[in-house]
Amino acid sequence: MKLQVSNSPHVRDKATTQSLMLDVIIALLPATFAGWYYFGIRAVLITLISVASCLLFEYISRRVMKRNNTLYDLSAVVTGLLLAMNLPVSLPFYMVVIGACFAIVVVKQMFGGIGNNFVNPAIAARIFLVIAFPKAMTSWTVRTGAWYSLKSVDAVSSATPLTSINSPEAPSMWKLFIGDKAGCIGEVCIVALLIGALYLLFRHVIRPWIPLAYLGTFTILVFLFGHQNVFDFSGNLATLEGWQNLFYECCYMLLSGGLILGAFFMATDYVTSPLTNKGKLVFGFGCGVLTFLIRYYGNMAEGVSFSILLMNILTPHIDDWTMGKPFGEVKENAKA
Amino acid sequence: MSENKMKDVTYRSPDERQAEKNSKYAPKSIFLNGVLYENPALRLVLGTCPLLAVTISAKSSLFMGLAVLFVLTASEAIISLLRNVIPNKVRIPAFITIIATFVTIVQMLISAYFPALNESLGIYIPLIVVNCILLARAETFASKQKVLPSILDGFSMGTGFTLALLLMGSIREILGCGTFFDMQLPLFGSTIEPMMFFMLPPGGFFVFGICICLVQLIMKKQEKHSAGKGTSPCGSSSPNDCLSCAGCNLCKGKEED
Repeated sequence: MKLQVSNSPHVRDKATTQSLMLDVIIALLPATFAGWYYFGIRAVLITLISVASCLLFEYISRRVMKRNNTLYDLSAVVTGLLLAMNLPVSLPFYMVVIGACFAIVVVKQMFGGIGNNFVNPAIAARIFLVIAFPKAMTSWTVRTGAWYSLKSVDAVSSATPLTSINSPEAPSMWKLFIGDKAGCIGEVCIVALLIGALYLLFRHVIRPWIPLAYLGTFTILVFLFGHQNVFDFSGNLATLEGWQNLFYECCYMLLSGGLILGAFFMATDYVTSPLTNKGKLVFGFGCGVLTFLIRYYGNMAEGVSFSILLMNILTPHIDDWTMGKPFGEVKENAKA
Repeated sequence: MSENKMKDVTYRSPDERQAEKNSKYAPKSIFLNGVLYENPALRLVLGTCPLLAVTISAKSSLFMGLAVLFVLTASEAIISLLRNVIPNKVRIPAFITIIATFVTIVQMLISAYFPALNESLGIYIPLIVVNCILLARAETFASKQKVLPSILDGFSMGTGFTLALLLMGSIREILGCGTFFDMQLPLFGSTIEPMMFFMLPPGGFFVFGICICLVQLIMKKQEKHSAGKGTSPCGSSSPNDCLSCAGCNLCKGKEED
């Protein structure tokens, strides 16, 4: 038998940043196409502008900082695509460019480029836009005009399903699932998002722990402490209808807003999520708790991006808590 | 840079420092020290509270900076004059009393002649008393140096602070309000909607961080011009850094190669 001696790394894989990013892009495409289908040509333009300006800013900032060109690792395309999916279709185009500039220049390149960003660039840019242009970022529209219409005037403004749960115009569960509702471009079509997520899981690009912990925690919290909850002793739960309402609220909350998009595509970002499985569970748990708190007790309708951002910042600490100890490690040596 | 000055870059032992205390400093280096090398806001990160609070407009930043500039110069002059009279044990209360005197003067002047400004600067004028820039300069410079260098130091530190405030205030006002010194700008505010973000605390922190980053970039460029040797452990390599290094104690008297 021949024993080979070689330097680390011993575990080799064909995966490159480029191939992983390509997988993510492929996984995002169904939801993007669904968004284009529901919101018309303006959504296409927003997506193209977002991706193009992300690439442009990446190129310029790498050039100015005299670093090597990283356009080909496709991470800027992913950021641009995710950012566009997180924007309402009626947003003015220049705001998309400002958001892309913030994501790439401030969040990503100023901290050292891919692998060094402390939060997910697309999420940070979305939150920046929400705070900078609160009105434009929270005006939701449902397309009524022709699909090629460029003006957002042709659209009817509408409440996001999150704010209209108890009103009569709340969309049906099926509409929520296939995406015929108000919302950001990429977050509406749950079925397309799930197809993309399955692709990522199947290709081993992401692991299921963060989405599972995130969605699980959130659902349990809604079940226990939502508007209609199991601690309701007023007699509502004595009937089957009461239980139906309770489950309806859970499903409604899961399917509306950016929860699915956030849980599968943004919380699982390699750079800004913990490395260990235990850490991933803690991360998902934290996201779920924060999303629940913001949605039910905060003054904003949607809390997915804020909760992921906050947990992104906590990621290094989660890694510290959950990092396994090497076998045979002695404490004194560990400190030295 | 000459060979002699190169030696100054390195850390000096306490004895040498003592000797240096009695020597004169070149006015130019004191001025550059205050404005750039040890810019109180962007290099030493002092006085951050008023910095973040008043920089929502260029006008209030400018006046806040000027108020600090005046108080700093005047109090450093008086402290330097009294440096041999003030007992060492009670020097901090003495400094604060002197600083408070000038802050009171400034506040009365502002409330008498610029009531609107007084309204917008609010609590931050009285708070100059406990601004760490003033205490730091009183402690590290004015209480050890002669009057003229102290006045110059106060003036240059104040100028540095004012410039930093003005820079941040301009950025935040232009992006957050679409105006500059209350003037409407052509592009911002109409075509590009004002970004509320920059008026809020997170925007302030972001602009602050980016300004620090830019100044750091300038310093790095300068470092490359001067030779690589002689970086002190506290990360500063300018010949002026040890001039009034507030004693971060990072170097602990050791010279790093």
